[in-house]
Amino acid sequence: MQSKKILVYILLVLGALTMLLPFFWMVSTAFKTGFEALQTPPTWLPKHFQWGNWVRAWQAAPFATYLINSVVVSLATTLGQLVTSILAAFAFAKLNFSGKKVLFTILLATMMVPGEMLIIPNFVTLSELHLVNTYGALIVPWLASFFAVFTLRQSFASVPDQLYYAARLDGASDWQFLWRVLVPNAKSTITAIGLLQIIGSWNSFMWPLIVTNTEKMRTLPVGLQAFSSDSGVQYPELMAASTFVILPMVVMYLLLNKYVVAGISNTGIKG
Amino acid sequence: MMNNTKPTWRDNLKALGYLLPMLIIVGMFSLYPIIKSLAMSFYTDYNFFTNQVNAIGFDNFKTLWQDDNFHLAVWNTIVFVVGVVPVEIILSLAIASLLNQINRLAGLFRTLYFMPFVTSVVAISMVWRWIYNKDAGLLNYLLGFVGVHPIDWLNDPHYAMPALIILAIWKGLGFNILLFLVALNNVDQRLYDAAMLDGANSWQRFWHVTLPMISPMTFLVTVNAVIGSFKVFDEIFALFGGQPGPGHSTLTVVYYLYQMFYEQNKYGLAAASGVVLFLMILVVTLFQLWWSKKHVHY
Repeated sequence: MQSKKILVYILLVLGALTMLLPFFWMVSTAFKTGFEALQTPPTWLPKHFQWGNWVRAWQAAPFATYLINSVVVSLATTLGQLVTSILAAFAFAKLNFSGKKVLFTILLATMMVPGEMLIIPNFVTLSELHLVNTYGALIVPWLASFFAVFTLRQSFASVPDQLYYAARLDGASDWQFLWRVLVPNAKSTITAIGLLQIIGSWNSFMWPLIVTNTEKMRTLPVGLQAFSSDSGVQYPELMAASTFVILPMVVMYLLLNKYVVAGISNTGIKG
Repeated sequence: MMNNTKPTWRDNLKALGYLLPMLIIVGMFSLYPIIKSLAMSFYTDYNFFTNQVNAIGFDNFKTLWQDDNFHLAVWNTIVFVVGVVPVEIILSLAIASLLNQINRLAGLFRTLYFMPFVTSVVAISMVWRWIYNKDAGLLNYLLGFVGVHPIDWLNDPHYAMPALIILAIWKGLGFNILLFLVALNNVDQRLYDAAMLDGANSWQRFWHVTLPMISPMTFLVTVNAVIGSFKVFDEIFALFGGQPGPGHSTLTVVYYLYQMFYEQNKYGLAAASGVVLFLMILVVTLFQLWWSKKHVHY
């Protein structure tokens, strides 16, 4: 029994090392000289840590601009999505209105359609609104998500209707009931949806690639992709730049990982 | 106040107020474009700048039907899905089962295995691009210990797709492990006790208790993984530097859509390829639903 346990741990450690190796290799390479990086056999740790690589990579492309854009877009889409979802989820969970089932079913069905199919008409719409290559294009289409509405509705619905009717009898308005009872009660679901949206927005690539066409508007992943195709970029700087993109989400995840894990475990669908 | 009464116009107005912000955005950027892209797939002569449709018909679908590149894209997409999904499911279930057997450090392992999920596909693909480097890459160095000659992963058309598949499996494992862990935690311990009393060994318990009990989650994970894999794009773009692999060896349907739309401005053709993608996903998902009716134990 004991030897079986040890075998389980050995396998898990080997697996964990495989998962971590790319991250380790990224950071290790980011500290090497261009010459050392290309040496064979490769060195596991840099002989001399080249801190200057990080500064050079940061200055080689407008990464500060990319970072600001990524932060603005992630926060704006996440806040917007939470507000629109909280309001809509309340209507679906507690209000009585005509066509509720039909509307819910139609919206649920839209979730089956691959988002890639919608890129073309959405690009045309944004061109007509003269929003291409603005924050508007990066933010507005993502201000609502039926997935978030769907998840929140389940959470709101778990609060008994009797409580809602009692609150109404006591003179509380819908608005007060929503923000003082339902929202605090669904705090962990809301946090999870928010975190998944920040991660998704931060890492999204195809849409920002298509709707931005100047350096000024690029987000980090698009900026990194452009940087990688610049001539003369060496692997240490490319790895340092990749770390810029990855690090904020990894730090956030490590700090808040119980919410992220709980969110995925409860919904079971990709954010 | 009762929920089954007929809503008054005031009820409807109030609900509309709460729904409106979501409805405007979802209507404009999800509902309308679904209909619009269906329509666009029939635009055979379309001027984007004036938004003028001069001719409609089935020509886009005919073009796709005859385009060798599109055939290749469909084929590559299927190869990718078949290459990624089964391995990912088996590996993640195996790791989740191992994690489920330990108490100490289980949380730490779970955190580590999940890390690739939160990382940018583009950034981590840059790292893999470096790992796959023929002369100085880490992978060829490690393979050298078991006598494998250096492979030109990213420039040899035979190895580009395997390279893409390995990256995708690595990236997707953590998410599926997490879902399998939830399912494994929910299996009633008494079932295992009963099986043990009947003399079932650990393999028999896994096969006859665990697998049937977690089959709804296996189904969910599979459907998720299949749909996600059908839409692969970011990894390809980043791994091969804005090219669909050497000799189009990793040209997939979404990459084809991107090329037609963004590089060649053939909006109708791009929309038609999107419709084909949707139909492919729909058919495969319906097939899985049908199959699950017979094999999933709810």
